Amino acid sequence: MSTRSLSKGCFVFKPSPKKRKVSRTTAYYFREGSSDLEDSELRFATCQSLQKQVKSETEQIEEELNEQLFDNLVSFLRRSHSAFQEKKTEWTCRTKSREIPTAALVLGVNVTDHDFTFRSLSEVLQNNVTPYIALLEAKDCPGIKNLMQKLLGQLMNCCIDVDSSEEEDYEHVSRSRVRCSMTTLINWYESATKRTDSETPGKKRTSSRHWQSPPVVVIFKDMESFTTKVLQDFVVISSQHIGEFPLVLIFGIATSPMIIHSLLPHSVSSLLCIELFQSLSCKDHLSTIIDKILLTTQFPLKLSEKVLQVLINIFLYHDFSVQNFIKGFQLCIVEHFHSNPLSVLCCQLEEAKRRVNSLSHNQCENVRRLPSFRRYVESQVSEKQIALLTVDSSLKEAVQKLLEDLNVYHENYFPILRCLHVFTSSLPKYPLGKQIRELHCACLENRVWETEEYESSLQLARMLNKSDLVTMLQKCVEILVSSPGREFDEIVEKLKEFLTQFQKLEEAYQERDESISPQKELQKKTNLYHLQKTLLELKESRRSKKLTKFEMLRFEVVDYIDSLVRHYLVPADHKTLHEIVYFNTASVLREHLNAAPRIALHTALNNPYSYLKSEALKSDGGSISNKAPDICIAYKLHLECGRLINLADWLEAFSTVVTAAEGPTADAASSDQVDDVIHARFIRAVSELELLGFIKPSKQKTDHVARLTWGGC
Amino acid sequence: MRRRRPREPAIQQRPGGVGVGAERSERQQLSFPSIFIYGHTSSGKTYVMKTLLNTLQLPHVFVNCVECFTSRLLLEEILIQLQNHSSETRRASPVPCDTFNDFVRLFKQALVSQNLQDQTVYVVLDRAEQLREMEANILPAFLRLQELTDRNVTVILLSEIVWEMFRPNTGCFEPFILYFPDYSIGHLQKILSQNHPPEYSADFYSAYINILLGVFYMVCRDLKELQHLAALNFSKYCEPVVRKEAKERDTRKLWKNIEPHLKKAMQTVYLREISSSQWERLQCEEGELGQIKGLSAHAHVELPYYSKFLLIAAYLASYNPVRTDKRFFLKHHGKIKKTNFMKKHEKTSNHLLGPKPFPLDRLLAILYSIVDNRVAPTANIFSQITSLVTLQLLSVVGNNDQLDGPRYKCTVSLDFIRAIARTVNFDIIKYLYDFL
Repeated sequence: MSTRSLSKGCFVFKPSPKKRKVSRTTAYYFREGSSDLEDSELRFATCQSLQKQVKSETEQIEEELNEQLFDNLVSFLRRSHSAFQEKKTEWTCRTKSREIPTAALVLGVNVTDHDFTFRSLSEVLQNNVTPYIALLEAKDCPGIKNLMQKLLGQLMNCCIDVDSSEEEDYEHVSRSRVRCSMTTLINWYESATKRTDSETPGKKRTSSRHWQSPPVVVIFKDMESFTTKVLQDFVVISSQHIGEFPLVLIFGIATSPMIIHSLLPHSVSSLLCIELFQSLSCKDHLSTIIDKILLTTQFPLKLSEKVLQVLINIFLYHDFSVQNFIKGFQLCIVEHFHSNPLSVLCCQLEEAKRRVNSLSHNQCENVRRLPSFRRYVESQVSEKQIALLTVDSSLKEAVQKLLEDLNVYHENYFPILRCLHVFTSSLPKYPLGKQIRELHCACLENRVWETEEYESSLQLARMLNKSDLVTMLQKCVEILVSSPGREFDEIVEKLKEFLTQFQKLEEAYQERDESISPQKELQKKTNLYHLQKTLLELKESRRSKKLTKFEMLRFEVVDYIDSLVRHYLVPADHKTLHEIVYFNTASVLREHLNAAPRIALHTALNNPYSYLKSEALKSDGGSISNKAPDICIAYKLHLECGRLINLADWLEAFSTVVTAAEGPTADAASSDQVDDVIHARFIRAVSELELLGFIKPSKQKTDHVARLTWGGC
Repeated sequence: MRRRRPREPAIQQRPGGVGVGAERSERQQLSFPSIFIYGHTSSGKTYVMKTLLNTLQLPHVFVNCVECFTSRLLLEEILIQLQNHSSETRRASPVPCDTFNDFVRLFKQALVSQNLQDQTVYVVLDRAEQLREMEANILPAFLRLQELTDRNVTVILLSEIVWEMFRPNTGCFEPFILYFPDYSIGHLQKILSQNHPPEYSADFYSAYINILLGVFYMVCRDLKELQHLAALNFSKYCEPVVRKEAKERDTRKLWKNIEPHLKKAMQTVYLREISSSQWERLQCEEGELGQIKGLSAHAHVELPYYSKFLLIAAYLASYNPVRTDKRFFLKHHGKIKKTNFMKKHEKTSNHLLGPKPFPLDRLLAILYSIVDNRVAPTANIFSQITSLVTLQLLSVVGNNDQLDGPRYKCTVSLDFIRAIARTVNFDIIKYLYDFL
């Protein structure tokens, strides 16, 4: 993707839904730079359908993940509500002070994901519990007045949404005339519930969907950002009226629930009845997403090790945001289909085979240019080589076969990977990583069986005890049985055989237990000398002892797993045509997702050639060319200064550089007086630097400016 | 007052002056223009006022100033209550009243329309400390409302803080000041015992209150809170009696049963570690407390890797003097004399003095030196600093002009940062000047 901007680095091209609506322009961008017109359209269509698929899939996964939390919340709402209605007359209820039911919803520090959670939460509540939901954000509520306005606005609007349009004029009071007070809210609530009550015979659906007198739910999206005063006032005000309408608060908390105590003094927090709800940790969330999206054959596009590493690193090191991870994946899709003309074949196998048949000659040439395909060609006999390199039809045939191979490889790869993970994830210290994603990366990177970590994990696996081994084998069998791979019947058979052998071993042991153990003999000896002797003997015998049956079997199992790994977990870039399916330009992704504005700015100013590509600017080393833009010259000169820069010196240096080309004759003429034009150019350059935040005027010394950055030389 | 309602202990303990004006004089006689009543939380100010005005059936308006957060809302609320004084039906649209001038005019009209000219009208402003935050004229004007309206009206201000904190610079009419002292333990005992459940005798309940006060009086003298706690734990107290294991007079046995329970309540419910509904459910299920963890058990915060290091760097920058950075973070810092290094005035713990602000550059410099691998100054790093600020783990000091080099403070505790540092295998104690 190209931009017409001068600086480079921080342009994230998010596949926004708006952009997709005006698909013609997007398609146009897609076509740019590629010679093949027809394929680009096809690629674009494939890309879009894949995007849509990914989006719906991730949304579904997220819904499932949140289900438990939402269920808990709904039951909490129900409970808090029922307590309101029933025992009003009971003694305890009379004397106990009325607290506002409050749910503290701890969501983790990935604030960018919260929006989605809250949206689906309010949807769930709207569908099952109550139409009266207000979502408040700290940035809209700098004062209690704004908060009440926002609250009333949202609640009264939602009422209109639920009811039919007949009564719109009744509700449609202009906001400015509504008094933003609790009494207004209560009056509104009374009238609203009364109205729905009276309408129940006519509108059965709404009444059954919501509860008898639905609670008013107020959600504070970002508890941390609210000012203490606003929150306190709101809690105090609403606690005065808690008897008159059922209010429930939900605090969205990013850090820890302790924040409630630090924001609210005891006198206020004692008005709340706080219950804690915790969402799934974002790391688990990510694991699920990776498991369901990346480690399946469902999506034709795969990520190479480096790309996956970039995405995971951004997640773990920077933001913990699952949404950003998914966006990054979507960016990979767009980038792959845009930059790789052969990505047209990146779709389901049948479709891909059909598309191979209609490949143009140019595309065939593209295939021949792929490094993995070249390797494949070189391994063939010479006649075949010629046929592949010259005849399009034979190439297409070969490509079809290779694609099929690739598909089979993937079908086998993932189940075997999971099996290996079953083994490695239970070893002490996790030499191959605890998470399956780490194992996946290790396998993609290079031949996993050649790594030291693999060697040490095999060593550890040879020391596993029997019960662990048996459960692992059973798990493996389960995984393999449930996967669609074609070649697994044999493996399953073999594993089951191992299991029965273990079973037999157990029976054999029970029989052998009856024979006298050496320890028993040991007890007979009473003499110290004899004891020592027997102990030595025992030691001796243990060292030279042959392997027991169990140990033999264990070796066999581990060796078998090893052979499976060697056969199926070949790194993807050893496979022919992997370039079609794997997106592997990690640098592009890093540039887009983890931009370094400082570095980009420095490069632009220090070495203008890198962006402007003008031959005149090609400089060697540290010298300052006078052809460069003024701001670059000023920037380079300022790098040589300390914290405070003398403007007069700077101007002199600037004019020396600028006039250097004119030669000594011109220099002599205007040696003592700086040219007005140069002066003006200098001032402009300096003010541009100030705008960019490199310098600022200083009051410490007259005619000096202060540097705001350091380093960069 | 004492003569009229001797049976209401909450009122009984109050100074008699409140009702003086109303009680001793006839209704049409002028009373003092403004009365200021102050006292600690739940010393019965609001309750006494309400009961008094209602039992004597005096014409009054009762407004909570927290609820009416703008002067307009406050004034309108007073007018609405005044208009509804006799008639029950609420007016659909209140008269807009933006200024105090309007208020005085409308107030007079309302008095006429409600036929209240011949008796004293009371305007009670609860939590009057909020008035100070409204326009400057509101408080002095209320104090002189009688004079301004030229009607028989008394304004009563209720507050938890003393009058000296109210007095505006420009001076104002001095109200009649009344102080409500805190309830003593004897008073509390009497008031709490008053409200006994119908199923049990007053003596039984009073014994219970005695035990309750024995546990809680040290930490809590808030009547409302005590009442709440009494209601929460009473069912547990009755348990032996219900099961017929003890008689109502078996105080010692009952005490043995309830005392540990109350102590547990002090550590959990009272601190709002667990909510009162959870507490009640626990009582019903006889479950162990371990099942529900308190809020503070979830103090751990999971942060991204670099955020952890940013926070650690911020903590170090906040608590170490600037000149020690060289010693901590430079590999070859040369010889720094120990006596020189440990300056006398810095001997006082920096942790006692609290965090000091530091510039962004210092934060990044420390970050680069404590992270093992190279950190690129990407946009993500900078946005992480901002998100730490929104999470209230860091706070921005001074003006937030980005060009001026923002300054931050680290707001987390030592325990918190140690827990964070442990997760990334960073020995933070070694880097803290205070612990050398």
